[in-house]
This record gives sequence, C-alpha cells and structure tokens, in this order.
Amino acid sequence: MSSVLYDIPGPRQRRLTLILSIAATILVLAGAYYLIYLPLDEKGQFSMELWGPLIDPSNENFVLVWERIWVGIKNTLIAAVLAIVASLIIGTLLAVLRLQLKDLAGRRYADLSAPAAYLLRGLGTGLAVLTRFCVEVFRGLPVVITIFFVARGFPEFGITLETLWYLVIGLTIYNGVVIAEILRSGMEGLPFGQREAAVAIGLSPFQTTTLILLPQSFRIMLPALISQLVVVLKDTSLGFIISYEETLNIGKQIIGVLSNPIQVYFVIAVLFILVNYSLSKLAQYVQRRLARGRKTAGTAAQVPPAALAAQADGSAAAV
Amino acid sequence: MNVLIDKFDVFAGGFWLTLQICVLAAIGALILGAVVAVLRISPVPPLRAVGTAYVTVFRNMPLTVVMFFAAFALPALGSNADFLRIPGLDVVFTRLGTDLPYFRFALIALTLYTAAFVCEALRSGINAVPPGQAEAARSLGLTFGQNLRYVVLPQSWKASIVPLGSVIIAMIKNSALIGFFGVVGDLSQSADQLTSAEGYAFIPVAIGISIGYLIMTVPLGALLDRIERRQAVAAR
Repeated sequence: MSSVLYDIPGPRQRRLTLILSIAATILVLAGAYYLIYLPLDEKGQFSMELWGPLIDPSNENFVLVWERIWVGIKNTLIAAVLAIVASLIIGTLLAVLRLQLKDLAGRRYADLSAPAAYLLRGLGTGLAVLTRFCVEVFRGLPVVITIFFVARGFPEFGITLETLWYLVIGLTIYNGVVIAEILRSGMEGLPFGQREAAVAIGLSPFQTTTLILLPQSFRIMLPALISQLVVVLKDTSLGFIISYEETLNIGKQIIGVLSNPIQVYFVIAVLFILVNYSLSKLAQYVQRRLARGRKTAGTAAQVPPAALAAQADGSAAAV
Repeated sequence: MNVLIDKFDVFAGGFWLTLQICVLAAIGALILGAVVAVLRISPVPPLRAVGTAYVTVFRNMPLTVVMFFAAFALPALGSNADFLRIPGLDVVFTRLGTDLPYFRFALIALTLYTAAFVCEALRSGINAVPPGQAEAARSLGLTFGQNLRYVVLPQSWKASIVPLGSVIIAMIKNSALIGFFGVVGDLSQSADQLTSAEGYAFIPVAIGISIGYLIMTVPLGALLDRIERRQAVAAR
C-alpha cells in the first residue's frame, strides 16, 4: 500500500513489517489480557450470573430483559425518526428563508414610496439578523441543554407534553439549525452561473432556490446529512436526562434489578455501534456514488429530500 | 432577573468548572487522538487495526454510554482514575483532587470519545496532502523524519486545523453532559439545581446558562469561519 507517507515496501521492509506485526499483535493481546481480562475476571464480571440474562436464552430473565430492550430500541427509533424528519423539514425551510432574506437585503424597492421602501428594507434586515441570531445561539448551545430547557421550560408556560415530544423538539431545534447551515453552505458553494442561468430564464428568486439550488445542495451535502443522522441517533440517548424510556434508560432500569452495569452497557454499546456503523458506511457509499456520478454524468440528477428521510428510516429500521 | 445577580457566583463557578474539564479534555484528546492517528497511518497492519477499531467504536457510541462505562467499568478494572491526581495540577484544577471521582470519570470519557474525532481530523489532514509532495521529497533524498517535518506535516496541519476546531467546539458542547452524570457544580448541573431545587424562575437561569456556553462556543466558531475563509482565498 503506497500512501503519502510510505513507498511501496521492498523485501527488507516487508520482512520488518511482518516481524513488527507479530510483535505488535502479541503486545496488544497481552495488554488486553493483563489489563482488561484479568481484572474483570477477578471481579467475576464474566460470570453467567451477570451475562446470562443478556445472552443465554434459557435464562429465566432472558425474554423479559430483551422485551424491555426491544421497547427501548423502538422508543429510540421513534424519537430518532421523528427528530430526523422534523429537523429535515425545519432545516430546509430555514435554509431557504435565510437565502431569501439575504437576497432581499440587497433590494432597494425603488418602485415604492420612500417610507414603505425603508420599512420593507428594515423588516428584511431585521428578519435576517433575527434568524442569524437564532442560528448562532442554537448552534452554540449543547443539545443536552436545549433538551433540558425544552423539558423544563415548556411546562413553565403551561405546555405539558409527553417526554417523547420534549426530546423530539429539543433534538429538532438543534439539528434543524445544523442541517439548515449544511444546506445553506451547499447552496452558496454552487457555481454562481447556476443562479444566473435560473434568473436569466425568468425564474423568481424563490423558484431559483427551490428548483435549482436546493436540489443540488441536497445532492452535494447528502453524505454530510447522513452523518448528521448518525448524530441524531446517538443524541436520542440524551433522553435519559428527561426520563424518556429509550434504550439507555431501559438499560438503567435493567441494571437497577439485575445490577450488571458493565454487561448491559456493553450490549447497548454494541447495538448503537452496529446501527451507526452501517449508517456511516451508507454515507461513504453515497459519497463514492456521487463522486463517480459527477465524473461521468456531468449534470446532477435530482435527489428529492423525501428519499433521504426514507433512506434513514429504512436503514435504521433494518436492525 | 435577580437570580443572575444574586447567584452570579454559581454561574461563574459553573463556567469555571466547565472550562476546566474542557481544557483538560482538549489536551488529553489532542494527545490521545494524535497517538491513535499515528496508529491508524502506521505501516504495521495490527496497529492500524487497533487504531481503526478504536475510532469505529468511539465514533459510533453515544457519549452517554462512554460515560457510564467509565463510571462502572473503571472501578471494576480496579482503578478509581487516581492516576489523574497529578501533583501540582490538582491545585489549579481543584476537582481532580476531590474524593468524588465523577469529575475524573467524566474527564476520561470525554477524552476517549473526543480522541476518536481528533484522530479523524488529523488523518483527513494527512490524506489531503497530495502523494506527489511526499514522493518528490523522497526522491530528493529526504529521510522519513525530514519528510514529515518539512513537507507533510506543515501542509496537513493547515488542512486539519478547521476540522480540529469543530471537534473542540463539539467537545465543549458535549461537556454539558457531565452535569447529568454525577459531576456537581458545572453549568448544566447548576441549571438543574437552580430551577428545580432552589425554585428560581426558569428564563433568567436559562439565559445565564446559555451565555455561559455561548461565550465558549460562538467566538471559537467565528474564529474558525475566519480561518476557513482565509484558507479558501489562499487556495484560489
């Protein structure tokens, strides 16, 4: 394998690599054995008493435990899918809105009377500043804090919902803003000729954005959007702070009864890694496809936003 | 609004604690991430596999799970994270020396988790250097070390500074989780404490806490935008 750092190895280098490989393997295995396996074994963490409910179907608790975990997985997926769909919608709207406002900021309204023109310009600038402010604030706040604020703040104003909705709203606020920024940078990164051509054939600014810029932006930013889906899925685990019954919270309940934290968290971690790893593989695959497509086809085919949501839905539900 | 003035010391203390864990975790994550990145690009396959496995595991696991792991698995491994009580350092970072080990557990979890992302940022920087650069350096007769020192690293550093910055910003935001995990007195735990137990009005507390986080994240983000734009101009 030739990379930026190494030449293709010769016979001597290959021999050295082989020796080093064997030495490294032995070292890693020995390290894992002495530093991780032995201490855990000493504390009896590998006993069937602790693992049994999770991996042994004949254990009396096995069915019960997995029933609960399944409830948790379902709740996690429900929250994730709702949050993804909502944040895609909000993100798209926000991206279009910010681009429109930016266009308006340059307009002089010469055909209107002076006060009306100033009023409209002020309104446009005000809205632009307001959306910018909201984006910066919610992008800068930790999503945990947003969820916490939603869960603590909404009841303060007399709006009480199920915890699921607090989680979804909190995730949507944060990820909607992030997705809006992704799409906006995608649209602003497009060649300027795209917009000029659209204006030249008589499309209105709104049509330009929705028909020309947005579809291309979705296509370019698809890998980034899918990685954002991984983030949403991971962030649903924050539901535990508002005691939403997602996978992690169920795990905590199981630990409360069986007191086998390491084992339960291990299983949950494996579940998360499996789902998220396949999602990120999907993102890589899409990226490769896109790179190939652009080389051969030249023009971008349209990728409707619904396809993205459906994809996320499908791949998440496949597990 | 009184709570902002009356409880200013709580907000300031929370900010200070959050800043402490962020600085420590950033240092730790940069070091560990660099080590993992070296593993990932090393010519020895098993080491590469270890690096790849590390990144795959930690990138795909929620930080929450990593934190619970740190809190439950470390004591089982026979360590209370006492090795972080570095003499001298615990004077500045007072929480390192306390008997409540949650600060140290949270620090370890945050470091382990962020290191995976740091590694990816560094690696993407190295991959961004065109192979021709290093080939030219080798044909000039530069040794491996010289090649790294004078050709590859200066260029890869430029390509990875923006991704690294985003990783650090994400880490600052992730640090909010520690308050819900047993660490007492950081910004997010103060929010919980002030609104529920002490019964202060919600909005002022929310504003105070938000300002605390935004002070850290927004300027850093603006700085990154600036660097990115300047690099884009330079690349043209």
